[in-house]
Amino acid sequence: MSGFGCFTHAVVRAVPQSLARDALRSGGLEVDLLKVQEEYEEYVSVLKHRLGLEVLELPADEALPDCVFVEDAAVVCGDTALVSRPGAQSRRRETEAVKAALTELGLNIVEMTDESATLDGGDVLFTGREFFVGLSKRTNQRGAEILADAFKDYAVSTVPVQDALHLKSFCSMAGPGLIAIGSSEAANFSAKFDVRLICDVCIYICVFEKLKDHMLIPVTNQEKAKVDGGLTCCSVLINMKKNI
Amino acid sequence: KSYFSVIKRAKGQYLFFQVCDHLNLLEKDYFGLSFKDNTEQSCWLDPTKDIKRQIRNSQWQFVFSVKFYPPDPSQLTEDITRYLLCLQLRQDIASGRLPCSFVTHALLGSYTLQAELGDHDPEEHRLDYISDFQFAPNQTKELEEKVVELHKSHRGMTPAQADTQFLENAKKLSMYGVDLHHAKDSEGVDIMLGVCANGLLIYKDRLRINRFAWPKILKISYKRSNFYIKIRPGEAEQFESTVGFKLPNHRAAKRVWKVCVEHHTFFRLVSTEQPTKTKFLTLGSKFRYSGRTQAQTRQASSLIDRPTPYFQRTSSKRISRSLDGGIALHLLCLCVTGTLGLVSNGSMSSALLNETSLYEIPGENIYVRHSNLMLEDLDKTQEDVLKHQASISELKRSFMEATPEPRPSQWDKRLTGSPATSLRLQAHGVRVLVLGIRTPPQTLRMPLSLCSAENFKCGCVLSLSCSLARYFFKRALKCSETKSCQAAHNFDMASPTLTKTVGINAESRSCVAVRVLRVFLDGNGDGEPGVLMTAQTITSESLCTTTTTHITKTLKGGLSETRIEKRIVITGDSDIDHDQALAQAIKEAKEQHPDMSVTRVVVHKETELAEDED
Repeated sequence: MSGFGCFTHAVVRAVPQSLARDALRSGGLEVDLLKVQEEYEEYVSVLKHRLGLEVLELPADEALPDCVFVEDAAVVCGDTALVSRPGAQSRRRETEAVKAALTELGLNIVEMTDESATLDGGDVLFTGREFFVGLSKRTNQRGAEILADAFKDYAVSTVPVQDALHLKSFCSMAGPGLIAIGSSEAANFSAKFDVRLICDVCIYICVFEKLKDHMLIPVTNQEKAKVDGGLTCCSVLINMKKNI
Repeated sequence: KSYFSVIKRAKGQYLFFQVCDHLNLLEKDYFGLSFKDNTEQSCWLDPTKDIKRQIRNSQWQFVFSVKFYPPDPSQLTEDITRYLLCLQLRQDIASGRLPCSFVTHALLGSYTLQAELGDHDPEEHRLDYISDFQFAPNQTKELEEKVVELHKSHRGMTPAQADTQFLENAKKLSMYGVDLHHAKDSEGVDIMLGVCANGLLIYKDRLRINRFAWPKILKISYKRSNFYIKIRPGEAEQFESTVGFKLPNHRAAKRVWKVCVEHHTFFRLVSTEQPTKTKFLTLGSKFRYSGRTQAQTRQASSLIDRPTPYFQRTSSKRISRSLDGGIALHLLCLCVTGTLGLVSNGSMSSALLNETSLYEIPGENIYVRHSNLMLEDLDKTQEDVLKHQASISELKRSFMEATPEPRPSQWDKRLTGSPATSLRLQAHGVRVLVLGIRTPPQTLRMPLSLCSAENFKCGCVLSLSCSLARYFFKRALKCSETKSCQAAHNFDMASPTLTKTVGINAESRSCVAVRVLRVFLDGNGDGEPGVLMTAQTITSESLCTTTTTHITKTLKGGLSETRIEKRIVITGDSDIDHDQALAQAIKEAKEQHPDMSVTRVVVHKETELAEDED
């Protein structure tokens, strides 16, 4: 698991103006577009300047109000990119631009063409050793199977996702071999799978306390959260270094 | 293909050791011989049972394969072991049994080339040089090109290094070491059960839908064609849960259960000997893992001290053509040549003794007591179980109640003094005392398994610890019930070798002194037919004494002979007065069997789990 979490490149996409009004959301709060854009710019700045990644910025598409959340369009592991088939009909076309960018980077592209399959990248958690795929409203079994076929080296386990949009809405990798997860979901997760978990309702506090040897960079996400956007949603992270 | 010859009644282990010798392999415990039964299912050859009884009507054709895939191959001591593991994995990958990505196929393929052919040579190695190799189930030109590209980058790597790199990458694959079985879940949905070093995995359509690590599993069992696991309750739960699976048939269910037992034992237990504190009788399936655990084999491996054996790496042409899924170094066809038949008179015996002296069956690594996992064969009905238990109790009672008649002891005549003074003590290591009393007729000490089973009921005279005694007790009873049986193990009584079966907790750090006393008695009495064993444990604060008694009655050329062995294991922290213990043991033996005489007494001293003889 050495080398886990090391990335060289990131693919991001600008915020479309249509996000404020038309982006899919579970709540009914009003979204301040300016604030969203500020958050996005800070985020990209961190990726570029604090983390030293080479960032590929894709232009926004007004016809795709959720296009800023590029994570859902593809899953990248090693030298292979699986271009997904997002669960929400309105988001299907988001994959075109992302696919083009990943192709340009020289990744091996696998496309999810099966029409019975759906998969959002936000439902895919890679631990460095294996994949967890959340079966949610956006991702189904067939989508998980295609992912398993695309990444044959790794075990792919399914996790039911009920009360949240995506698997990564309530959990994420907090380091090699470590998953940070909201405590209400933890029971379901840990019973089935052999993972180390940090569970706390307030992830913010627990992250500060438990990950002392990590450099933590706070970035606001409040506005995007109103449209169910998380931090990881805004980028596709890629490691272009050859580790053979 | 290689041919080996074995006597008709040979045990699996005999053949297996021959093969390992042939391959010059010392770290044998990870491997096994498999064969296809009459339903074309792959089965492992049980080393403790007769080959003949296992293979039945199938062809005598075996495949040498990896049984337990070590999670960390770099910890194997010898390169040859890694090489054989590589061969198996190459086969697994080429057949599709071990799926991996394009890049991984290429990478592993490149290490294979480096190991087999050495550095890439642009002159010699044009693109078609690798067409004989199979790196993946579907090999494309693109793959071959990638393999060659990577092969070039390994310049300077030795074959051993290439094998190591191969294994470092292969071991990470999600299906590495996973033994798959088709099944259905409780709702009839098709799934696959995967058994591996870490536990049990459940797959549906290539997706892992559940995983049960060994520590989570409390019990595994099978009944008819169903397989069940009992799971430890989670943090929030109060009760254990049981998960059931439907297998295609009864044999498949039992097979899965066996594989679980073996994997759990091999990877999880420190030793197959566990000190036993529970009740006398354990009713359960007769099957237990009959080899060393990974912990034991590693310990033994650390003692391997020989120069790296030179071995020929075969051309991989063989690999691609091997269909049986085993290590294609040799596809072994093992056939029987001739049979040495039954022993009924003395003249054959010497020939047989020569034959049998060729192999040893370590009688110690026999059967397992699971502390973590309770294993049950739910095949027996409640009625059978109670009947069985009743008959055991009955025999035990009648044995214990036999009142000794007072008699002048031959013992006193023969001894030149008290038992204590006859002890010849050695300063270190094994202390062996042989009192050397024999009564006519002279016992022909020959491995019992060569005796014809039909003529008499035979049993095993072995040194066993309490848990094993229990096992054999049950088996012996079965023998006497069924009227024909085979000795479970060979035991060469001619050599008073050190026994290794001791009731020591291998994990305990403190030095535990153990005395093992074996008292043999022979006589012509008309004792109880069949074999009767008892086990009795007395524990005091500092000492624990376990006594097992075995009675064997044998018929040789019309003469009836009864042999009794009493084996006393004394375990304790403090120093044990073995003189006193010995005297006590002999006294008790005399009292219990007044019509017999002590023929031999052996005393061993052990302070730790002994090394294995190989």
